[in-house]
Amino acid sequence: MTVTALLFASYAEALGSSSIELPLAPGDSVGDALARLRAMPGGDRVPPAPLVAVNLVYRRPDHVLAAGDELAVIPPVAGG
Amino acid sequence: MRTALVTGVIDAATLLAEVAAPKNGASVLFVGAVRESNDGREVSGIEYSAYAAMAENEMAVIVSEAASQFDTDDIVVEHRVGRLGIGEASVVIAVAHPHRAQAYEASRFIIEALKKRVPVWKREEYLDGTREWVDPTTAREAAPR
Repeated sequence: MTVTALLFASYAEALGSSSIELPLAPGDSVGDALARLRAMPGGDRVPPAPLVAVNLVYRRPDHVLAAGDELAVIPPVAGG
Repeated sequence: MRTALVTGVIDAATLLAEVAAPKNGASVLFVGAVRESNDGREVSGIEYSAYAAMAENEMAVIVSEAASQFDTDDIVVEHRVGRLGIGEASVVIAVAHPHRAQAYEASRFIIEALKKRVPVWKREEYLDGTREWVDPTTAREAAPR
């Protein structure tokens, strides 16, 4: 199955894209997806446990993903 | 109550007018603007970006929390994204309430919550031509001042 990882700010810069299609196995979790992302070139600049939202809801690393999910990997926020 | 993520110039006077009502004896307007220096470096501008869908949700949630905590619905918040120059407003918060104490407190609550929770990022551009993403978890800016 495939999920779409959305990357922002410094993470998008590190991985060279703001959106990456991640091939995953059924049953894979947020943590598994992050491990795959972090293994990509530049992925070492994404921390092991960043803030993550799946389909606009904040989720923990053990949350199980489904095909077509939108996984947003969120750097430390700096608005205002 | 109204919140928005905008790409154009924020007109603070419009927001202030929007929260005015005969029952309100106090209006507080907060304007966050791009500063000419940060951490000792000369800044030429800031580029703001957002996870728009979540940022809009979270701003609305924060304003709802402020409305119930401080007992006023007369709150408008706009946050700008894109490239901003020195002195330009990145965020404007207008709060009106029958009494000043609650108006001040609600305004402060909203800006502090916004800085912690709304998925917006900024990349500072410096006079020397370099630029860097701001990480409040490592910068001195992390402490309110």
